[in-house]
Parts: sequence; structure tokens; C-alpha cells
Amino acid sequence: MKILVLAEINNGELAEDQTSKTVSAAATLGKVDVLCASNQCSDASTNIAKMENVENVLVLEDELFAQGLAESYSETLIDTISSYTHVFAPSSSFGKNVLPRIGGMLDVMVISDVSKVISEDTFERPVYAGNAIQTVQSIDKVKLISVRTSNYSAVPLTGSANIKKIDCKSNNTLTTFIENKMQTSDRPELTSAKVVVSGGRGVGSKENFEIIEGLADKLGAAVGASRAAVDSGFAPNDWQVGQTGKVVAPDLYVAVGISGAIQHLAGMKDSKVIVAINKDEEAPIFQVADFGLVDDLFKAVPEIEKKV
Amino acid sequence: MKILVPVKRVLDYNVKARVKADGSGVDLANVKMSMNPFDEIALEEAIRIKEKGKAEEIIAVSIGIQQNQETLRTALAMGADRAILVVATDDVHKDIEPLAVANILAAIALKEGPSLILCGKQAIDNDFNATAQMLSAKLKWAQATFASEIDIKEDIVRVTREVDGGLQTIDAKIPAVVSVDLRLNEPRYASLPNIMKAKRKPLEEINPADLGVEITQRLKVIKTKEPDSREAGLILENIDQLVEKIQENVGG
Ligand SMILES: Cc1cc2nc3c(=O)[nH]c(=O)nc-3n(C[C@H](O)[C@H](O)[C@H](O)COP(=O)(O)OP(=O)(O)OC[C@H]3O[C@@H](n4cnc5c(N)ncnc54)[C@H](O)[C@@H]3O)c2cc1C
Repeated sequence: MKILVLAEINNGELAEDQTSKTVSAAATLGKVDVLCASNQCSDASTNIAKMENVENVLVLEDELFAQGLAESYSETLIDTISSYTHVFAPSSSFGKNVLPRIGGMLDVMVISDVSKVISEDTFERPVYAGNAIQTVQSIDKVKLISVRTSNYSAVPLTGSANIKKIDCKSNNTLTTFIENKMQTSDRPELTSAKVVVSGGRGVGSKENFEIIEGLADKLGAAVGASRAAVDSGFAPNDWQVGQTGKVVAPDLYVAVGISGAIQHLAGMKDSKVIVAINKDEEAPIFQVADFGLVDDLFKAVPEIEKKV
Repeated sequence: MKILVPVKRVLDYNVKARVKADGSGVDLANVKMSMNPFDEIALEEAIRIKEKGKAEEIIAVSIGIQQNQETLRTALAMGADRAILVVATDDVHKDIEPLAVANILAAIALKEGPSLILCGKQAIDNDFNATAQMLSAKLKWAQATFASEIDIKEDIVRVTREVDGGLQTIDAKIPAVVSVDLRLNEPRYASLPNIMKAKRKPLEEINPADLGVEITQRLKVIKTKEPDSREAGLILENIDQLVEKIQENVGG
């Protein structure tokens, strides 16, 4: 067995939580190498080298890798990657973009969104928006695994891995990066936050969403949203929680004005404690909530914000 | 230019998936099946591109069982010009893996020569989110995933992608494979006259062997189980009780 983890590095900045939890999942099989490819690697590689169970950090510094374009990986690194038996990446928009393309190149299946590594060829993953959990066994020579990071904890920073520069002839003539419009925020990251406050269609407008943000800030929480809230323009796309958005599992998830469609539940039902505020006592969200309040959110949320 | 749109027949998104008692999978006998919602968005986008005069022909492809014909008729009624059905199995419970689907679509693409393949970003049954990426690798074409905006210029397609941190815009060289996300458009419903017209549009039926593709399953499904379920909890009487519960669980 030879295990590689693709670190997620966005424009020189390590996505530490995602990468660390991916290392954690991979390390259930043994020691791992981590590929650190970006335009700037020194900070990222130093951080990765401290992660427990990492043996080697392979550093490839090249402008080509700044923006996570899939072709940069698949056209450049295929030989390096195919010398491993297992390749893990976080099941983030980065991992979901890059890993299946590598699968296409190597003619092997990708095992997406793995929630549990059972053995070197057997894995659990949710299907049907989490309404079923499948155990699958791979017969492929290389196992490509994207990890549902909300199921794993970060690894301790007690390691001291070797940092090795690797050389590759870089190439990507197919896609060109134009621009990023990234949300910047002082709030904790949605996928790693201990507390998440989410708003749905019931919130009614972008202006009203400040009620949700106000409570979130009081609790030191990240802000999430339902698809309906994002589609209606109340919240940006990167706040969407659900089957086709982000998967979160905080200690506390507060759902406000969200009905609780299966597609939404798929992204948050592994939260430790779920609190729901909805004016409709029949709303399905109450079927999964530990604590519910049947009330108008415009009355309840500001009052809660004042009292917590 | 030609646009190819693969469409999958899946359990309707409003129907709750039930795991079969023997743990062999999700029950798909006698349940409502529909076109994968993401594929509807891909098809809608293809139709809009054609309506703007930037494409001449839209070909819908479905891979699976004979009944996928219905999904293709829906695609034709929405606005696809012709359809290809690849009958790859006679068992509704056998899911054709993204890798096999990519191999089949790559063979069709080489024959048909589309400039653009528009795919849904994921099928809402197996949730793999892989076919578009694998297909573009097979063809050695550019890929642009999770599109919320698509703009075709001469020989490139400019795609705005929904990524974890926000939005990213890239240019992909044509021919390209683009996978689409929820915010790209709102698919139309087929009108009754168009449903009638769709019955006369060409629908070709082939099988993987006709394309020289062999399907081998790489992931053996050992078992399928229900997730751990959550019990409904307490409905609280007032805001003060809720405040207390929130305080107990923040930082806990
Ligand atoms: C392919 C596909 C993928 C999808 N992916 C996702 C996904 O990833 N994430 C996701 O969230 N959804 C997803 N959906 C959409 C999902 O099916 C639901 O439509 C969506 O989650 C509904 O959002 P909502 O609960 O905010 O809106 P609604 O269902 O409209 O619910 C609004 C709720 O607000 C309550 N309310 C209204 N006013 C007030 C008030 N003043 N005070 C208190 N409560 C109030 C109402 O009682 C209601 O329960 C997907 C759908 C499809 C087809």
C-alpha cells in the first residue's frame, strides 16, 4: 500500500481543516504522503509536515496550481499519482473537480464522499441524499477516494514529515483562470464551525438575513442557508447546506425558517444538536430537531439574540 | 455546433428512497422515476444556447434500461432534436457507474462530434458527481464543473463555477465538457403540443457493444443500509427555554 493525499491549497493558502481531516481518514490505512501543489507552498508545506501520520510532503510550486484547475493535475501529475495505490482528497469543490478527472485518465472509478474507510478496498458512502448508506468494495488497481470530512476529526500537529521538492513538466493548454469572486468573512468556516445558524425561504429577503447573521455573530457561529434562500438571492451560493451544497456536522445547528426537505437534511442531519425555529408546527424539520420552537422567526430570533 | 446532453432516469426527487429489507439496495420497483434534476438544467441550457442561434442541434443520450425511453421523450419534448438510448442493462436496480457512462459517452462523442457536452453535476441517486470530469478526461477535452453561468465565445466557453469559497470564472477551450449547478437556469416544462411533436422525433436505440464499449463494474455494492435515524425531540414552550438549550450546547 502507498497512500497519497492531495492537499487543498487555494492560491497558496492551505485549506487546513479539509486537508487535515482527509489525512485523518487516509491514515486509518497507514502512513501517508501529501502532495502540496500550489503557486506558493512554503507555509502550506510547513503546516502539513506537522500533521500526524504524514511521512513525506511532496512540494510542487508552480503558478499552474494556484486555482485548482483539474487539467493542471491530470495533465501534469498522472505519473506521480499512479505510483500510489490510494489517493485521497477532500470531498470539497476542489476534490470533486480534480479526483474524477484523474479517474478518467487512469480508467479507475472514483469513490466519492466516503464517510468511513473500512479496509484498504472497502468503503462506506451515503447515496440518495443520505437516505441510504452503501458499503462498496473496489477492484481497481488505484483507489481514488474523496472524503466526507465532516465525519473525521483533524489530526494532531505532532508530526515532522520530510519535505521533498518534486519536479514535473507542467502543462495545461485546456483551461485558463479568469477571476475569483470569493466571499470574505471573519466568521468561522461553514464546514468546520462548532455552531451554524442557517436561514431559509422563511427569512424572506437579503435584508432580513441580517437577523440570521446577527444571531450567528452573537454565538460565534458560521452562517448557512437552504437552497431556496440561495436561489432567491438572500444568501451567497457558498452558504448552501445540503445534498448538493456543503455537508456540516457542528455541535449545534440552528435552522430558522427552513422546512426540512430531504435535500437540506442531507447536509446537516449529522449535527450533534439540532434546533429548529419555524412558525409551522407541521414542518418536517421538527422530525429531526432535538429542540423546536413554533414561533415567528422575526419575533423569536432578535429576542434570542438579545438573551444568549 | 452540436451539443450533447446526457440525461439519467432516477428516482423522483420528491420520493423518499427506501432501503430494501434484504439490504441489496434502494427499492426502485413501482416508484415514480424522473429525469435527474441537474440534467434538466443542462438540457435547458442547451436549448437556450440553440435559441440564441449558437447551436444547430441538441442530442440527448440516456444510458440504462429500456424505460429510459420515457426520459428521452421528455428531453425531446423540452427541445432536444434527437435522442440516443443506450440499453446497458435490463435491471432497474443496476446502476451504471460514472466510469462506464463516461466510456459510452466518449464513444458517442467521437462519432457525433459535438462541440459541447453539458452534463448535470451529479445524479441525485448515486450522488457521485463524477461523470463530466471522467468524460472530459477520456476525451482529453477541457472541463468546467459546477457552472452557474455559461457564455460561448468563438472557440472558448467562459464558465462561472460555484466553488466552496464563492465563484470562480474560467475559460475552457472548445470542445469542452461542462457540468451544471442549480443556479444556472430554471428548466421549462414541456408543452402539450411539444409532447405530441416529440413522439415523431428520432430516437435511436443501441447497446454498449455497438460502440465497442465493455461495461465492468468496479465498485461492488456489498450492502445498503438505512442511516442512523434521529428521533424527533422536544417542542419547547417559549423563547427562554430555547435560549437555555442554545447556551447549553454552544461550546459544549
Ligand atoms: C436536485 C436538487 C438538489 C437540491 N439540493 C438542495 C440542497 O443542497 N440544500 C437545500 O437546502 N435544498 C436543496 N434542494 C431544495 C429542497 O428540495 C427544498 O426546496 C429547499 O431545501 C427548501 O428550502 P426552505 O426550507 O428554505 O424553503 P421552504 O420549503 O419554502 O420552507 C420555508 C419554511 O419557512 C417557514 N417560515 C416562513 N415564514 C416564517 C416565519 N416568519 N417564521 C418562522 N418560519 C417561517 C415555513 O413554515 C417553511 O417551513 C434541492 C432540490 C433539488 C431538486
